[in-house]
Amino acid sequence: MASPEFSRTKKRQKWVVSIILIIICILWTIPTLGVFVTSFRERDEVSRSGWWTAGSNISTMTLENYQQVLGGKPFSYVTAEGVKVTERSDNMLGAFLNSLTVTIPSVVIPILIAAFAAYGFAWLDFPGRKVLFVAIVAILVVPLQISLIPILRDYQKIGLNGTFLGIWLAHTGFGLPLATYLLFNYISTIPRSTLESAFIDGASHFTTFTLLVLPLSVPALASFAIFQFIWVWNDLLVAMVFMSGSGEKFQVMTQRLLNMIGTRGQDWHLLTAGAFVSLVLPLVTFFSLQRYFVRGLMAGSVKG
Amino acid sequence: MFENALKEGQLNPLQKTLIGILRAVVAVFIPLTAFAGLYGGFVFLRDSGAPQLIITAVAIVWGVGGVAALYLIGNYLIHLLPVDWGKKLTPFLFIGPAITILTWYLFLPTFRSFYLSFFGKFSRDFVGLKNYIYVFTDRTMLTAFRNNLYWLVFGTGLCVLIGLLIALLADRVKFEKIAKSLVFLPMAISFVGAGVIWKFMYSYKPEGTVQIGLLNAVSTALGGDPVAWLTIRPGNTFFLIAILVWLQTGFAMVILSAAIKQVPSSLLEAARIDGAKEFRIVFQIIIPYIKSTLVTVSTTILLLTLKVFDIVFAMTNGLFGTEVLASQQYKQMFKFLHYGRGSAISIIILIAVTPVIWYNLRQFGKREVF
Repeated sequence: MASPEFSRTKKRQKWVVSIILIIICILWTIPTLGVFVTSFRERDEVSRSGWWTAGSNISTMTLENYQQVLGGKPFSYVTAEGVKVTERSDNMLGAFLNSLTVTIPSVVIPILIAAFAAYGFAWLDFPGRKVLFVAIVAILVVPLQISLIPILRDYQKIGLNGTFLGIWLAHTGFGLPLATYLLFNYISTIPRSTLESAFIDGASHFTTFTLLVLPLSVPALASFAIFQFIWVWNDLLVAMVFMSGSGEKFQVMTQRLLNMIGTRGQDWHLLTAGAFVSLVLPLVTFFSLQRYFVRGLMAGSVKG
Repeated sequence: MFENALKEGQLNPLQKTLIGILRAVVAVFIPLTAFAGLYGGFVFLRDSGAPQLIITAVAIVWGVGGVAALYLIGNYLIHLLPVDWGKKLTPFLFIGPAITILTWYLFLPTFRSFYLSFFGKFSRDFVGLKNYIYVFTDRTMLTAFRNNLYWLVFGTGLCVLIGLLIALLADRVKFEKIAKSLVFLPMAISFVGAGVIWKFMYSYKPEGTVQIGLLNAVSTALGGDPVAWLTIRPGNTFFLIAILVWLQTGFAMVILSAAIKQVPSSLLEAARIDGAKEFRIVFQIIIPYIKSTLVTVSTTILLLTLKVFDIVFAMTNGLFGTEVLASQQYKQMFKFLHYGRGSAISIIILIAVTPVIWYNLRQFGKREVF
């Protein structure tokens, strides 16, 4: 039995642990909070006082920054010297759509190809099966930088540079090793008897795969999907290399945001709104699918 | 006659060759058709002046549907063949596309980059080891090496240590879920987005004016001078590393936390009954138990820090001595258009990850899944 003294020290320990954790959480949240608050403040307010004072002046909060950033409409302001300036704002909405156009196929295509391959490696017999899979494990960590120049040259030769197809295929290529590996770990653990009963009923591999294995693998598919979604949506390097030939019309969110950092480094009211627009979708995806995230990633390492 | 021979499983050499050729055709056919089909639609998408929303919708349907359609076509074609042939060709329908794409995008480029790294600026003249000599002697490159070492050691180390600390602490409180979500949240933020967030944190205004960056506000409130955090070297590299730690600690925490939950509670209770202090339990039971997960998490973050490019690019563009290997490589390739040097740097990055490749293969060999 625990003595009262023992439980008192235990209680004190609990308090210390809670306080340390709360401090860490506050530290981790402050940077995002600052940007969030600033994105609703007026231009002059932002440069006149720190965002932490915004609470005292809540009536000046505005949605105008978001209108400007998304709509790309002209806006004007008066500078400190009293000169009225009219500028055309950045059209983030277009970049948002471009990011969607790049991201969704870049997530679905590798999943489809990898699922087929994972099934092939797990359930079909063919010469070179093991060697090929070992090769996939080996290129799991090859840095994608190594592919940029060779692939860019191929793209320039066949006219894929600056097209959506080109960037989809690139993301597919770079995502495939991980996708195949994760899905193989999952699909290979489906009990043999489940599949064999399907084969006895005369189902082909293709039918078994599409009607039985794919639905069974949803947790693994989701865990890779969320990984790939965040990776592609947040990617800057691949977009800069392979979408650069297409001009501003096809810029994705990260490129547009980077441009904004360059051209309006001090327009914090717009930059912060832009940053927030860019991180809404991955945040939503992330938190709606996060239970799959851990499970899928652990599938390989725990059993191993 | 032909079918009989197939049924009995007796194939003469000619038939065997035919099967071989067909297998190859299927493996090549699928990606090629995909390419042709998608490209045809793509010319329309690229050149049409349709509203963007329509382009987005069409592109998504086209891209996703196109690939699915190719598998269906492949399956249909295989069905047309005699059963035995179909059986032999099915594996190539399943793994052919993946292998083709991996070969084109990752396997061959490794050798092509290696080859290019021995050539000069426009890959025309052979320069021998000159690019590598440049890489190991140029002053900016040496700074990049040093900085990368800081990123590897401090970036990875802090992510894993803080992640472990939070995972251990969160295991002992009631608001575990909220705490973990808050630390996890930055994981979803892009490096560029994080760049905006932290530029704002580090924002610097000359002395005497209002500081809108939190760090300088704190520093001036404590009576100090405002600091231009991103230009003082070598401290600025560490301020950039802080961003990585802020972003990736959540990843380490979540995986480690899942591993800690798998430590058998009987083991912990036995230790507690024996009067072991919490510190001892952590160091002598929990950490040894989750060792393999610790290794996995550390290597994952290590690989990430080796490739880190966006943070530096968005925050300082490599100025003020913050250059790293990945940002140097980008600059050599796409700014100075020196393909030889760019390739040499990417080969160096590849060599740096070979221990991880070797480790992965060894782990995989132990698993006996085949």
